[in-house]
Amino acid sequence: MLTKRIIPCLDIKNGRTVKGVNFVNLIDAGDPVILAKQYAELGADELVFLDISATLEGRKTMLEMVLKVAEQVNIPFTVGGGISSIKDVDALLKCGADKISINSSAVKRRELVNELSNKFGSQCVVVAIDAKQIDGEWMVHLAGGTIPTALNLFDWAKEVESRGAGEILFTSMNNDGTKAGFANEALAKLSTELNIPIIASGGAGTVQHFTDTFTIGKADAALAASVFHFGEIAISALKKELKEQNIPIRI
Amino acid sequence: MKLIIIDYGAGNIKSIQFAFKRLGVDAVLSNNIEEIKAADKVIFPGVGEASSAMEMLRESGLDSVIPELKQPVLGICLGMQLMCNSSEEGNTKGLGIFNVAIKKFSSAVKVPQMGWNVISDLKSDLFTGVKEEEFMYLVHSFYAENCKEAIATTAYEIEYASALQKDNFYGVQFHPEKSSTAGEQILKNFLKL
Repeated sequence: MLTKRIIPCLDIKNGRTVKGVNFVNLIDAGDPVILAKQYAELGADELVFLDISATLEGRKTMLEMVLKVAEQVNIPFTVGGGISSIKDVDALLKCGADKISINSSAVKRRELVNELSNKFGSQCVVVAIDAKQIDGEWMVHLAGGTIPTALNLFDWAKEVESRGAGEILFTSMNNDGTKAGFANEALAKLSTELNIPIIASGGAGTVQHFTDTFTIGKADAALAASVFHFGEIAISALKKELKEQNIPIRI
Repeated sequence: MKLIIIDYGAGNIKSIQFAFKRLGVDAVLSNNIEEIKAADKVIFPGVGEASSAMEMLRESGLDSVIPELKQPVLGICLGMQLMCNSSEEGNTKGLGIFNVAIKKFSSAVKVPQMGWNVISDLKSDLFTGVKEEEFMYLVHSFYAENCKEAIATTAYEIEYASALQKDNFYGVQFHPEKSSTAGEQILKNFLKL
C-alpha cells in the first residue's frame, strides 16, 4: 500500500538554514546537508528546501547546496523558491534535485507549468499554492502570502493539474504558524476534486494533527518545519503513532 | 570494475551516480556504444516520456545495442519500462527484452503514484538481504503488468510487476538510488551479480 509521507521543510538563505533549528546532537544546525542527512536517518520520507535568498549570490550557493545534498542524502528532495524558468529548473535537476516547486512564477505566467512538465515530466513539477480563507472563500496569495490575487484556490489547483503539475503543495495562511492543525476541509476538497497527490502544509502542532490531515483532510503527505526542527515532534515517534492509528506509513 | 550509466539525455542521472559513489564505486556516464559494450555492469536509467526516450535511443543506435548486451544490465524506472514490449505512453514500441506491456494507471487512483510503497514476492539475487514488504520510493504513472518475468510485485490499483528479470537483464520500477538503505542494498547486490 502506498504510504503517507512525512516531509520536513528547511528554509535556506545563502546556503544555510535560517529558522532556528534546535536539534539533538547536531554539530552544525545551520548546515542543511547535515540536517538533511539526520532527517533521512530519522525516517523522513522526503525533504523540501525552500530558498529564501534574495540575491544572485544566494542562488548560486543554493545550487552548491543542492549538489551536496544529492551527494549525501538517500531520499528524494524538492527545491523551491525563486524558480521562474526552464533554465532554473534544468540547473537544479542537473545538481540532483528530484523535484522542483514553483509558486508565484506559475501565477504570473501560467504556461510555465506546461513548459516544465513537457520538458522534465510532471513527476518533478510541484506547484506550491499559498491560500487564505477570506469571507468563506479560499483565495490564492503570492510572495509568502503577502499579496492577494483574484484566483480561487480550487480553480487554480485544477488549472495547474490540467497544465501538467505532478503534485500540489497547499499551505493555508490561516493555519500556518498557529500549531492548531491543518486546513483539513480545504485539503479534503482538493484531494477529492483533483487526481494528483496533495501535500498539506501549515498548522502542524501535534501528532493528532497529522492523523487528522491524513484521514479527514485526505492528504497524501504532510509538511512541517518548526515542530520538527525544535524537536517538539520526533519523526520516529510520530510515524510510530500514526502507524498505531492505522495510517499507512513507512517505518 | 567498470560501471557505466547510459547517458542518452533522459532524466536525472546524477542521483544514480551519487548513490554508487556513496557505495564507493565510480560510475561513468556514457553514450559511447563501444564503451557500453565493454563495461562490466550497465545501468539504464530514464525519467520522462516513453516515446521521446525511445526516439533518443533510436537516434543514438542504442535501441539495437542494449538488447544484445551480455553483462548485467539494470533498468531503472522509465529504463525498465523501455525494456518491455510496448508502452501506452506515447503508444511506443519498447526494446522487447521483457515480454510484457506497459499500461497506464486509471483515474481510480491518484496518478502519478508518488511515494513509498512495498515490494513483495521477491525472487532474485538482486534482493539478497532485502526483506519481503520492504519500502521503496516510486514515482510513475505507467506500470508493467504482472507477468512470468516479475521478480517483485507492488499493489497500487492492481498488483503489478515492480521488478523484472530475464537472463542478464534486470529492471526496477522503483528508485533504489532514492530508497534509503534498502535501496542501497539492491544497488550493492547488483554490483555483485
